[in-house]
Amino acid sequence: MTTTKIIPPTFITQSEDIYDKGYDPNVARGLAQFLKPYLRHMLISLIFMVIVTAASVSGPYFVKLAIDEGIAKNDVVALRNIVLIYLGVSIVQVTTNIVRIRLMSRVGQHILYDVRMALFNHLQKLSLSFYNRYSVGRVITRVINDVGTLREFITWAVLAIVRNFLAIIGIVIAMLSLNLRLSLLTFSVLPIMIIATILFRRVARRNYRRVRAAVSWTNSVLAENVNGVRVVQAFSRQAHNYKNFKDYVNRYFLERSLDAARVAAIFTPIVDVLGAIATAVVVYLGGTAVLGESITAGVLIAFVLYIDRLFDPIRDLSRRFDTLQSTMAGGERILELLNTPVEVQDAPNAQEMSPMVGEVQFENVSFHYSDDPTLVLDGINLTVEAGQTVALVGETGAGKTTIVKLLTRFHDPTSGTLRIDGIDLRTVTQQSLRRQMGMVLQDPFLFSGSVRENILFGRLGASDADVIAAAKAVGAHEFIIRLKNGYDTSVEEGGATLSVGQRQLISFARALLANPRILILDEATSSVDTQTEQIIQKALATLLKGRTSFVIAHRLSTIINANKIVVIHDGKIVEQGTHAELLTNQGMYYDLYKTGFQE
Amino acid sequence: MKHLIRIRIFLQPYFWQILATLLMLLVLTGLSLAVPRIIRSVIDVGLVQGQTLFLVRSAFLLLGLGLLSALLTLGNRYWSEWIAARVGYDLRNRMYDHIQYLPFAYHDHAQSGQLISRCIEDVRSIERFAGGAVTDLIRFVLLSIGIITIMIRDNAWLAVIALLPILPLILMTSNFGTKIGKLFFDVDNATGDVSNRLQENVVGVQVVRAFAREPYETERFEIANRQVFQTWVYVIDEWSKIMPTTNWLTTISVILLLWFGGQMVMDGTLTIGSIVAFNAYILMLAEPAQQLTALVNAGGEAAAGAQRVFEVLDTEPAIQSPANAIKLDALRGEVEFQDVALKYQDERKHSLRDVTLRVLPNQLVALIGPTGSGKTSLVNLIPRFYDVTSGRLLVDGVDVRDMDLVTLRRQIGIVLQTSLLFSDTVKGNIAYGRPEASMDEIVAAAKAAQAHEFIEGFTNGYDTIVGERGVTLSGGQRQRVAIARALLMNPRILILDDSTSSVDTQTEKLIQAALDKLMEGRTTFVIAHRLSTVRRADIILVMDQGRIMERGTHEELLARGGLYKEIHDLQLIDHARFSEEIEELRELEPSESDGDVHSLS
Repeated sequence: MTTTKIIPPTFITQSEDIYDKGYDPNVARGLAQFLKPYLRHMLISLIFMVIVTAASVSGPYFVKLAIDEGIAKNDVVALRNIVLIYLGVSIVQVTTNIVRIRLMSRVGQHILYDVRMALFNHLQKLSLSFYNRYSVGRVITRVINDVGTLREFITWAVLAIVRNFLAIIGIVIAMLSLNLRLSLLTFSVLPIMIIATILFRRVARRNYRRVRAAVSWTNSVLAENVNGVRVVQAFSRQAHNYKNFKDYVNRYFLERSLDAARVAAIFTPIVDVLGAIATAVVVYLGGTAVLGESITAGVLIAFVLYIDRLFDPIRDLSRRFDTLQSTMAGGERILELLNTPVEVQDAPNAQEMSPMVGEVQFENVSFHYSDDPTLVLDGINLTVEAGQTVALVGETGAGKTTIVKLLTRFHDPTSGTLRIDGIDLRTVTQQSLRRQMGMVLQDPFLFSGSVRENILFGRLGASDADVIAAAKAVGAHEFIIRLKNGYDTSVEEGGATLSVGQRQLISFARALLANPRILILDEATSSVDTQTEQIIQKALATLLKGRTSFVIAHRLSTIINANKIVVIHDGKIVEQGTHAELLTNQGMYYDLYKTGFQE
Repeated sequence: MKHLIRIRIFLQPYFWQILATLLMLLVLTGLSLAVPRIIRSVIDVGLVQGQTLFLVRSAFLLLGLGLLSALLTLGNRYWSEWIAARVGYDLRNRMYDHIQYLPFAYHDHAQSGQLISRCIEDVRSIERFAGGAVTDLIRFVLLSIGIITIMIRDNAWLAVIALLPILPLILMTSNFGTKIGKLFFDVDNATGDVSNRLQENVVGVQVVRAFAREPYETERFEIANRQVFQTWVYVIDEWSKIMPTTNWLTTISVILLLWFGGQMVMDGTLTIGSIVAFNAYILMLAEPAQQLTALVNAGGEAAAGAQRVFEVLDTEPAIQSPANAIKLDALRGEVEFQDVALKYQDERKHSLRDVTLRVLPNQLVALIGPTGSGKTSLVNLIPRFYDVTSGRLLVDGVDVRDMDLVTLRRQIGIVLQTSLLFSDTVKGNIAYGRPEASMDEIVAAAKAAQAHEFIEGFTNGYDTIVGERGVTLSGGQRQRVAIARALLMNPRILILDDSTSSVDTQTEKLIQAALDKLMEGRTTFVIAHRLSTVRRADIILVMDQGRIMERGTHEELLARGGLYKEIHDLQLIDHARFSEEIEELRELEPSESDGDVHSLS
């Protein structure tokens, strides 16, 4: 066993810090807005809970009554009455409790439903630059895990905290009313109990955080090894990796788990000892009091029972406050997402875009991202007549993609105006605008569902015949019918089961079915086999015909056939014209053409 | 259950610790059983008979018992956690190492996420069971036996009446356990759906927006979301029934005790102290009885976890060095396929058929053909990532199945199209195959792979962390690090995919130069995309549907006029067109053309 301290990488320890947060009134207020619609239900729950707690606390008192008033006095009738009342109270308790739990849990689930819906709706509105900053994993963590910690809290913790307080108050009152002196003596162990609990929680939380860091470290090391197992084997790294795992990562996991176990093992006995002390005190002092006839035997018995019940809510409370901390952290992240401003919004008086002809005009358009003042586009002036194909050419990062993103209004220009058919895009609704546009991405994204559903995504109401016609037009029909279930073959998420070329053809069919007036095409660079390549070339021609098209072009044939080639460099248009014109210019296009497009 | 029993192999090394823990548990149970009896004598002897001294003694006895059981609890808890953590540690090590050696064929079908969750979640559930749950279960059994024995011996008739409601309580909780398990399964599925819907929406956000399909997607999300709501409501409805009811049954027990016991006290057949003791015993029994479900659940989870863990551990690594493996420390690099066929498990068609091929040391073999034609399958056989279904594959005249895997693979370098790097420093990544390599060697490899310059550009140079959590490298940079990684191995046989998709022209040139350097003086198999590579190959293999359709040099194949020529011509169209246009241009403006144009021809 090595004695050197193992230190996990900082990204692991840092990522764990975000799970803790003290009480924050802003977060509480933000979360409270979700509770508002259900205030009435919560109030009813609260009343029910008071009833349940009162009934529960009365238990030992009934035992006392039964002993003192019934048994000790040899009074069968009194005993019968007491027992029957106890039974009645317990029935009230059980039914009220069932109703309360159902009521409250439904409210809780409604709230969580609302939170998830609010998150989703907001995500639908956020601009694409948000998605550049936020990874898929993070978004899903927000909606699943963070809402999950809220669930823990709303479903159990809120009520448990109230219940525990009620129970403590109830027990304290019951004990005080039974015997003042004995109560105060019993309560004298409480401060020690509370201090011990607080100290324990503090250490336990720190340990817990380290265990969590150890888990996530182990997880990431494992994940990397499993995902990269082919490389591991190719380079015969197994022995080395195993040693690293065993002596560092997994060892750290083991040591942190043992730290946590040590602290956890101490706490319970402390509580038990305090309980034993309190019971011993009550037994001795209470016992002598009974002998001195200042209290009855029943009171003594009730006291012993109450001591048992007093510690539970205290322990439970401290546990719930932990939940509160992670809830605060989770809540803060949820609110942060919900409060992320929506950059592109419909103007209040936005009109429906009338059916387009497809004439596009960029007038002195510039753009930069809100968090970075560097201009991505700088003074773009470009007029495209209806039905023309424009090839956008330039190096990676020159601004080609940004141009088409402005056109689809994924972003708004920082200055200048962008018009379609002479109408400023900012004056129309996004939905009516995009319904008339189509987009084919470089890495075509397919949704999980059948091939048919994926093509239908272009126009939901389309008939089967339309779908097949679209697939035929782009040359996808042949391979689709050869798939296991033809058009009903399910495409796994992202389209992993299909080849890149096939996915492209399906996305072409989708775009064709939408029959957009303006088409945006980000041509794929990835290599496909020659046969598919030919089909794709043909499909492209079909797709581009008769609509205004913006193509981020990589294929020479696409560029040459365009009506207009626009060469972009550093966010500016440096050249525009036809292939022949630009070659004669011997400018940047000529250079690019010479070096870049061959082979 | 039989899987759960198999866990004992992992417990065996800790036999003495387990024995000690169990002994502590036994004593502990005895002590907790004694407390109600002391209270009883306090009431019956101390109070009723009025002995103050007895009260003092009892108070000290209670205190002493409290301290002793606290010590034992501490020991018991810590050691059971210790055993659990140890078992978990051992299991994770075993899993980790085992997975590393499972062949490609296994990993092709296994989902990586699943494997990871087996190592973490499933091992955890086994751990939890081996630690806390088993202890609690044993404690419950011991307590039950003790309590029932004591109560029956004290007063059999009252014991039966008072314990009657505990029976349905146990039945209800165990019934609840099976029910809730199913309901939770539904919750998990529904949550999975929500997360899938979300993931698709985030990944496909551009498509959703571009086609203005937000309302449709919202509707789909709402359905999934409602499902989560509904499944949770079912779960909580079950909870709402069980928790208050089990509490109530305990209360009924106490009520029965008071009524019947009370009458017995009046008859003089029972003491008040006994009633109080009985009451304490009932409460003592009811609490763990309510947790029984949780324990049964933990057992079920651990059994399921154990099954999944053993599923992995029971899979024999199909590809291993044989006993008496032949170790060839310095390969010449001759590779021979003798009538090789390959059929992947679960697939109907052969991926390779009738492959016979002899490659001499230092030859360059270029493989071309459409996706799925068998190029990758063919090269994957050389480092024995898969075993041939029939035929033989010889390296330096020895069947690879007779060779020592590590010495074989150490002499084969591989650069794939998507270059996977690990979350480690650049240095660590380059030295991946040879962790002992010196810094000079690493830098030399990086220089040869055209990677040195951009690595030096990072603030931390070779110590920059790359991979998922570090600096994000571009595709071209990743590829060059991967080339350096292969170079450092100084392999005798090299396998590479020379595709350089999605990098800019400048980078592509750098990569090609690096690759050309890498191929020098080694037997090389290239899945080729570039004409220049194909052209100078010693052997070109044209593959289709798992067979070698044509083979020969560039000139031979062109002369034959078959499939190769067809592909060649198609790919050349663009290139030829370009050359033509340049020619035209030159004719158009002969006087003004500068050196640039000339240098192209």
